[in-house]
Amino acid sequence: MSLLEVKGLKKHFPIKSGILKRTTGQVYAVDGVSFSVEKGETLGLVGESGCGKSTTGRAVLRLIAPTAGTIIFEGVDIMAASRAQMQTLRRDMQIIFQDPYASLNPRMRVRNIVGESLKIHNVGTEAERKKRVFELLEIVGLSTEHAERYPHEFSGGQRQRIGIARALALQPKLIICDEPVSALDVSIRAQVINLLEDLQDEFDLTYVFIAHDLSVVKHTSDRVAVMYLGKIVEISDSAVLYDRPQHPYTEALLSAVPIPDPHTERARRRIILEGDVPSPANPPKGCVFHPRCPRAQEDCTAAMPALVSTGGDAGERHEVACYFPARFKDGERSVAGEPFAGASPPASA
Amino acid sequence: MAERDTSGSQVTQDLTISTVSELDLIEDKYSGRKPLGLWADTWRRLKRNHLAVVGMCIIIVFLAVGMTEEIASFTPKGYLAPYNPNAVNYALSPKGLGSPPSWSHPFGTDYLGRDVFSRVLVATRISMLVGVIAVAIALIIGLILGPISGYYGGWVDSVIMRTADVFFAFPYILFVLLIMTVLGPGLWNVFIAIGILGWATYARLNRGSVLSVKAMEYVEAARAQGASDLRIIFRHVLPNTMAPVYVAIAMGIGGAIVTEAALSFLGIGIQPPNASWGKMIADYLSYLAAGSWWMLTFPSVFLVITVFGFISFGNGLRDATDPKLKE
Repeated sequence: MSLLEVKGLKKHFPIKSGILKRTTGQVYAVDGVSFSVEKGETLGLVGESGCGKSTTGRAVLRLIAPTAGTIIFEGVDIMAASRAQMQTLRRDMQIIFQDPYASLNPRMRVRNIVGESLKIHNVGTEAERKKRVFELLEIVGLSTEHAERYPHEFSGGQRQRIGIARALALQPKLIICDEPVSALDVSIRAQVINLLEDLQDEFDLTYVFIAHDLSVVKHTSDRVAVMYLGKIVEISDSAVLYDRPQHPYTEALLSAVPIPDPHTERARRRIILEGDVPSPANPPKGCVFHPRCPRAQEDCTAAMPALVSTGGDAGERHEVACYFPARFKDGERSVAGEPFAGASPPASA
Repeated sequence: MAERDTSGSQVTQDLTISTVSELDLIEDKYSGRKPLGLWADTWRRLKRNHLAVVGMCIIIVFLAVGMTEEIASFTPKGYLAPYNPNAVNYALSPKGLGSPPSWSHPFGTDYLGRDVFSRVLVATRISMLVGVIAVAIALIIGLILGPISGYYGGWVDSVIMRTADVFFAFPYILFVLLIMTVLGPGLWNVFIAIGILGWATYARLNRGSVLSVKAMEYVEAARAQGASDLRIIFRHVLPNTMAPVYVAIAMGIGGAIVTEAALSFLGIGIQPPNASWGKMIADYLSYLAAGSWWMLTFPSVFLVITVFGFISFGNGLRDATDPKLKE
């Protein structure tokens, strides 16, 4: 059984206008996202800004109420959980935020920030909690003398460590990492990522790692899901996805990752997508990617292709939502002229 | 090493970076001055503003006077001033025009021969009480309704804010007069009238800050940890919305003192023979034409100085807590 299973998750934000606050439209921030995360693995969630990856992360924790879908965590349906059940569930699922400057309360001492969840859930005595806070600070590479300080006395990297210590306090099973290194200096990113990896090994953590930087995700994730306009367009094992991307959007994203070698960098082919990401308030009909897709054909405008397993090219788990996915055979890449049979949604017939 | 020193670089010694993780700590070490706490930082900027410091000294002095008189009011004597503020002594008021300032009566005496200095001191207590208690009442109501309004939003917000609008819609002093007429004169009724009318200012002010703070990630982090709404409001949201409120408190006390003076001037505040600055100004106004300037001057000057103190301190505090003015 997967630790986390998300099925058909949707989050639509109503657009209200006029003095009567009538709903005049919807922003389809997350529109039917399904994935599962196994215990101990890291699922990378990538996509450009506004594609709904952070919303997905927050909806999984029910920090924002999803519009539809089911979220099953350890066999328990979170969507149906009562307030009290949710309170217990919160001990097992935590989040690390993107901006270490906004995610720590400036009026609280580090000791109280890290120990707050222990207090909320009545864990141990005052003395035990204090000991645990010291322990946590050491785990994330800070020292006990930092406990009495305020967040503004720390640098970005240190603050992010405090945020990580806070997330670890209750020994959660799942941590949503919402772009944990995007706001940090490049020099500190590696440290924080390594810390997260060490913690994963030590405490058997499961991560959903949200990022817009593919190189970061490649390093950390076992599997990667690529999101575009509120939908997952491709999901696969990390190595496979980077090696043999099947969705044209994934190909374009990968071609934008800089390669630290000037010769290769100059020689390679870059895929430049035309136009901008359409508004999630008014997504294109058919496949959401078709207006920018270099491979788009007639069929693409009819309906959104379902996210289906293409059987992979070496039998691995590889799901893609495209009528014309790239296939690989003996190192040869090919794109079929005919729509991929499995991709047509059952309803479109 | 010698050449490097001549280049003017100051941070050459002991800058050995052995591992990358030290970069993090070095950032702290060379960022210049030691980071200060939020209050220490505010104080550092406030003390550069001389007017604000003067205002603060005035507030401290007047609060001290008010407090000693308050404590003295519980003693059998009932006052700390050199003379009984309400003792009538016709010998000191020849022709019913009082007597001018002298060594024994530095502010002179009034038309009933009462010592003006003693009356001004005792009135300080009333003014400070009104300022502090009326604002406290307003603050308690405002800081409960404001955060609730901002945090929960929706119809709760609409109801509270529209009510606040109603309070803002009426001319302030007329509204106070109305409430005083309903409640009747008296010190406690002054507190209540000013307090009830003041809440809307604090509620609206705080609601605005709550709206911006509740969207912060640390509030979301608290929610992710399972914090209750009450905990989020009082531990995470409210403490981060207080800076503008402190400024409003300082200004509000000044305003409440003036309102009390106005009410007493109109005769529906403090009742005779008790002294209040406004009451004294009302009583002594007509004696100015007869040349007895001291009766009117001293309570007026005290009133002006106090209000000046609170407002200049409030202004200074606003500048000191304004993030846009941070260097």
